[in-house]
Amino acid sequence: MEVGEQRRVRATAWGGGESPFAVPWPKLMMWLFLLSDALTFAALLSGYGAMRLTSGAWPRQADFFNITAVVGPMTFILICSSATMAVAVGAARRGDRRLVTRFLGLTILGGLAFLGMQAFEWTSFIREGARLTGWVGHAEGIPPMFPATFFVITGFHGGHVTSGVIYLIIKALQAARGRFSGETIEVAGLYWHFVDLVWVFIFTLLYLI
Amino acid sequence: MDAATAHAEAHTGHELSFWRKYIFSTDHKIIGLQYAFTSMFMAVLGGLLAMFVRLQLAWPGRAWPILGSLLPGGMPGGEMTPAFYLASVTMHGTIMIFFVLTTLLTGGFGNFLIPLQIGARDMAFPFLNAISYWLYPPAVIVLLASFFVAGGAAGGGWTAYPPLSALPQAAPGSGMGQTLWLISLAILIVAFLLGSLNYITTVLQLRARGMSMLRLPLTIWGLFVTAVLSLLAFPVLLAAAIMLLFDRMGGTSFFVPAGLIVGTVPVDHAGGNPLLWQHLFWFLGHPEVYVLILPPMGMVSDILANNARKPIFGYRFMVASIVAIAFLSFLVWGHHMYTSGMHPLLGTAFMTTTLIIAVPSAIKTFNWLATLWRAKIRFTSAMLFTLGFLSLFVTGGLTGIMLGQPPVDIYLQDTFFVVAHFHFVMGLAAIFAAFAGTYFWFPKMFGRMMSERLGKWHFWLSFPAAYLTFFPMHYAGMMGMMRRIYSPALYAHLQGLQPINIVVSIGAFILFAAQFIFLVNFFRSAFRGPKAETNPWGATTLEWQAPSPPPHGNWGAHLPTVHRWAYEYSPPGAAEDFIPQSHPAGVPVPAGDGQGPAPGGDGVQGDEHARGGRG
Repeated sequence: MEVGEQRRVRATAWGGGESPFAVPWPKLMMWLFLLSDALTFAALLSGYGAMRLTSGAWPRQADFFNITAVVGPMTFILICSSATMAVAVGAARRGDRRLVTRFLGLTILGGLAFLGMQAFEWTSFIREGARLTGWVGHAEGIPPMFPATFFVITGFHGGHVTSGVIYLIIKALQAARGRFSGETIEVAGLYWHFVDLVWVFIFTLLYLI
Repeated sequence: MDAATAHAEAHTGHELSFWRKYIFSTDHKIIGLQYAFTSMFMAVLGGLLAMFVRLQLAWPGRAWPILGSLLPGGMPGGEMTPAFYLASVTMHGTIMIFFVLTTLLTGGFGNFLIPLQIGARDMAFPFLNAISYWLYPPAVIVLLASFFVAGGAAGGGWTAYPPLSALPQAAPGSGMGQTLWLISLAILIVAFLLGSLNYITTVLQLRARGMSMLRLPLTIWGLFVTAVLSLLAFPVLLAAAIMLLFDRMGGTSFFVPAGLIVGTVPVDHAGGNPLLWQHLFWFLGHPEVYVLILPPMGMVSDILANNARKPIFGYRFMVASIVAIAFLSFLVWGHHMYTSGMHPLLGTAFMTTTLIIAVPSAIKTFNWLATLWRAKIRFTSAMLFTLGFLSLFVTGGLTGIMLGQPPVDIYLQDTFFVVAHFHFVMGLAAIFAAFAGTYFWFPKMFGRMMSERLGKWHFWLSFPAAYLTFFPMHYAGMMGMMRRIYSPALYAHLQGLQPINIVVSIGAFILFAAQFIFLVNFFRSAFRGPKAETNPWGATTLEWQAPSPPPHGNWGAHLPTVHRWAYEYSPPGAAEDFIPQSHPAGVPVPAGDGQGPAPGGDGVQGDEHARGGRG
């Protein structure tokens, strides 16, 4: 009886029956995850701000970090890897398998280079006397929060980059076998760009200001 | 059409093994029930811990030889040790807030109701949903293991303030017990986050045709906004928990100040800030309170309208006030810290935002009352617990206005007045709403009816016992009795309060005992209860158009379509006193069967949704 009646219920943006943002659910879910992850980083960084403000004297970061030779270039590499990721997403939309695989590979290389340089950075910081719990050796007046916040925040971010590299390796292997879509690569890209964006904040707050 | 029919057959046609069907299921209904059963187990445990607390506070120093032989560690010779008492207080709070109410309301009711009420076949990502549940038992096991480690379970309160929670040497429960507490909570947070991702995505993406946001039942609005709150608040606690774990296990001192002395031994940590934990904790902690109360607010709105046989009063205001409460909940965390050391101006700011929350809360309360106005109320068990919710919520809400003001709070901070306040407004109110929801949706969950007679016994014992337990606490608190105190006999000014403490404890024992009526009713009805029809309550929302219990995939061949809002009760000129949401406009409602027309739909769309559902 009511079939004709019921067909009148159309799927509309907010009226039910379709996505209000015209996105499939994996992409929406990734956006929501990133929102929540952003709040984890926000909590860590505002915690860092509170520690720093209540610690009294905070050391000059340039005395401890190799900003021009290491940290600046690794930031640059990470931003470049966002660009290669964007190319991979564009190629995936066009269905260009070779280009997707190649640029995902470049993005992975960028991520690995970033991680390698971060390992180098950590090593030299530790050689100077930095420990998770404070400072060893002759460096009076360095608050223990200085190395502690550094290790926890950059470590947490490094963990994100590492899982991003693993995620991209899986996607690249799938793409090489032709199993990819513009959608899945774009969702991976969202995560990668987010990790980059967070690094820009960390770089600014921990190294520059 | 053919594709959809074939798909529906695929959904219902093949038999899954017992393990796939009931244990490692990806069906939202099974996952919801798994959450509910685990939460019920934890609720009994959390209640039992409260009984230990009341036993000690009513008769401090008394020896209970039988209990002593059962718990030789916690009650040697039958007398409770301070460490066991503090562990009981801490674990009661932790279990009830995180492992019972959060998991039961969002995990249990959320999983069961969201796809059914929006007309979807399942959650957006059913596998992720299953993972979310299967993180919960490990968290429970880690938490329960903490009772059996050296020093016992955590004793620093459910808020885990450092340095008590940061230094293993600070107190007996600050050792391994506190570490396990943190790990357990971190696991549970991940479970909540995965669940929230699913709930938000599902409500936004998978609503049936015609189910616009402003046709959603208020239950869904409560659960949806709660998921948003969880998604934004829990990561902050996660970050704080990571830092606290580093303090405990990595030797950092994020939350340990310089110059601290434990006993007579100076602590070798330095440079941290214990206030930072309080800020981060309460930035979660206050939204968490609303994680516990928004789903109940939604659920009681639906049960109230159903049993009053009237449309909910002020639907749009109800929705707006849920959203307003959620937004404001992120701006009020400082009212937990008035006495922690805070600039008075900041206290005034937090007071202002806190008192503003009274406005949307009052809008909701008056709308509920207006819904009841001149209604022909059906006093079912579900309705009784809903009315109980209203009473308890108002009682607790009024003391909230008192506590929100720094000049009052300075005197009442950390007294039993606060204990009374939050037990009324979020503990009792939320659990009463959960009972109402269970009595109401039980026919849909198990296909059988619960006993109304036992339900009424349950209510008429629980409701007075709740007031008997918690109302005198206001008085004890105003007289200066501190919360979490091991023995009121330690202070001269508290000794006169002992009769009150005994009354409170007797009330608590009655309250705990009354819950076993519910458990008996629940399990007996699940197996032996009379068979439920599709729509026993004459309700309008979509889940009552599905069979009781709904099959895997919920809707058979066609998804329902939605033609009206969820509150079409007693419409003038209709044959029955309700019109289901899926009933097309302009078609007369058939009288008699109480089910409305079979939900219909369009094949292509059904297939589309199913694809989303399969993930």
